[in-house]
Amino acid sequence: MTFMKSVIGAAGALALTAAAALAEPALIFDLGGKFDKSFNEAAFRGAKRWSDETGNSFLEIELQSEAQREQALRRFAEAGANPVITMGFAMADPLTSVAPDYPDTKFVVIDVSWLDVPNIRQVAFAEHEGSYLVGMLAAMASKTGTVGFIGGMDVPLIRHFGCGYAQGAKAVNPDIKIVANMTGTTPAAWNDPVKGSELTKAQISQGADVIYAAAGGTGVGVLQTAADEGILSIGVDSNQNHLHPGKVLTSMLKRVDVAVYDAMKAGENVETGVFTLGLAENGVGYALDENNEALITDEMKAAVEEARQKIIDGEIKVVSYYENDSCPVLSF
Amino acid sequence: MDRMPQWADVVLIPLISLILAAILSALVILGIGEDPVAAVRMMVNGAVGSTYGWGYTLYYATNFMFTGLAVAVAFHARLFNIGGEGQAMLGGLGVALVCLHVPWPHWSVALVAAAISAAAFGAAWAAIPAWLQARRGSHIVITTIMFNYIAAAVLNYMLVTALRPRGSMDPATARFPEAVHLPTFQQIFSSAGQPLFRGAPANISFFVAVFACIAVWALIWRTRLGYEIRAYGHSETGARYAGISPFRITMIAMLISGGLAGMMAINNVMGEAERLVLNATEGAGFIGIAVALMGRSHPFGVFLAAILFGFLYQGGAELALWTNIPRELIVVIQALVILFTGALDNMVRMPLERLFQAIGRKRRDAGEGAPKPGPRSAQHEPEPEP
Repeated sequence: MTFMKSVIGAAGALALTAAAALAEPALIFDLGGKFDKSFNEAAFRGAKRWSDETGNSFLEIELQSEAQREQALRRFAEAGANPVITMGFAMADPLTSVAPDYPDTKFVVIDVSWLDVPNIRQVAFAEHEGSYLVGMLAAMASKTGTVGFIGGMDVPLIRHFGCGYAQGAKAVNPDIKIVANMTGTTPAAWNDPVKGSELTKAQISQGADVIYAAAGGTGVGVLQTAADEGILSIGVDSNQNHLHPGKVLTSMLKRVDVAVYDAMKAGENVETGVFTLGLAENGVGYALDENNEALITDEMKAAVEEARQKIIDGEIKVVSYYENDSCPVLSF
Repeated sequence: MDRMPQWADVVLIPLISLILAAILSALVILGIGEDPVAAVRMMVNGAVGSTYGWGYTLYYATNFMFTGLAVAVAFHARLFNIGGEGQAMLGGLGVALVCLHVPWPHWSVALVAAAISAAAFGAAWAAIPAWLQARRGSHIVITTIMFNYIAAAVLNYMLVTALRPRGSMDPATARFPEAVHLPTFQQIFSSAGQPLFRGAPANISFFVAVFACIAVWALIWRTRLGYEIRAYGHSETGARYAGISPFRITMIAMLISGGLAGMMAINNVMGEAERLVLNATEGAGFIGIAVALMGRSHPFGVFLAAILFGFLYQGGAELALWTNIPRELIVVIQALVILFTGALDNMVRMPLERLFQAIGRKRRDAGEGAPKPGPRSAQHEPEPEP
């Protein structure tokens, strides 16, 4: 309570003076909210790890409206926060107009790689590579020859996930059938576990026995229903194997937490530029722990590890959905 | 029977409602272990303590004025337009198409064209539920709500498949060209030595909103059409007897309503984002309902209520920036204000009315003369509850 009060007091003073150079990092969560069990929460975990290790605090805001994007960027930059870490591709546009106004502040943005501003660290992930690996695992684990994909909101990013997944599955079994559905067309699709559950049932009735959920909070419903119905599922972003031990085949890891942690650790001296974290950088991968070790046989593991190495060496080229705005092996 | 004095209806009831909401909000803030006084001070400082704060407050208020007026006009015809959200989304589409596909020489020309296009798109979106209501009796509340979802799907489809620039990740249009950028308050009011409204999104469309308030006032109380709308709202059978076509009034009122909601897009799409994003309206259509209720469907009331809600939005943003109050609780605080001013209006009104009646009786009994019937023009009539 007293701590909270001092925080308010300090923040109030900060808001008024807005000039004190506190080299505190700031973290801007996107509209999905801090505890979305997925993307934003991973960022929070990374930030929390940093703050637990160093004992320092960080500023944070969960955005509520579009207009707040630019506002939060400016306010944090003016308050001397450095670096200002932002989540998601929707921050790309506000950053292009705000970042040049604060050349001494470093900005970090996750899931963006196409901006041309010197003081931004842009971190993108090669989700298609990680999805390719879990797609291989899905195809190898499937007995029916049909695997499923459930995306969240129908945006290019999620098609990007699905496309890598389909390529991986086809690499194992060229005849495999891939059932793909999107949860919705509005941001609500990121957090609709009931619809996720319905889609899972629909895909099971079409023969799918492994389903990959790339759908934020909606995926919780996918994993639950898959476990209830006795089929396998694949989690996303964070390691979700523990949610239903022995029922989740694996999780496609996207190390947002590491990206945020690294940025906070580097502090004001964080390196700017474009960084793509793929398999080689351990930015993406598949989760293997005690909850799913019984599901992944040695052959499966060997095959995936081989593919992983080949992708890193450039022998296997996983086509990105972004290249042509289309997927060679899957139509959405 | 005595009526409440005019000033009590217009000033006292909203004020008491606000105070009640503030007290409850303070309890909520106390409950999560924060200091309500500091929180309120932060909200006030952040929202109205600087030109920067005003810039955001007025930006939000501009949105709410348009949607509030939209709901108010429909209220006068006793139509409950809950579709402001969808109409504003389609308005955004209208603005984006006009701004992206026509090479405008100057922003002023573009503003007029964009406003017309936004209004046309919004009105077109309202026209279908209106027609269904007028001709088929499909309840307008249900149809307008459903049209919000359809609008979201249409917008999503347009952005993802047609308007998104090639290779872009974000389901949003390209930035509008430089020529159609509306002047912001910063550009209008800042002098060389003194930057005002720094970085704030308030722009020239605020004045368009104020003009819309005046225009709606003139329409409702100074034109024959406005009279017909009000007559129809008060009594459909009476209006029909007087030769007013229910079909025509339903359609016209909803077209105006949809057009006003659509025009919100010149503020949030053209003025602020300068591109069309997926959830550009972010609930302003629904806030408009609360604004119209609180403003008693009078344009001036809508103007004030919109500024209050702008204050709540911007104050809430400041709280989110500098405190650990979770955003859900900020929504709770905003919701409490809506609840008290909109939904629980009668809770304050009825005891107050009784109080004034009691006072009136006492005066009569004391022989201070019979109460004169106050000047009661139609505009002072309290709105029928929808």
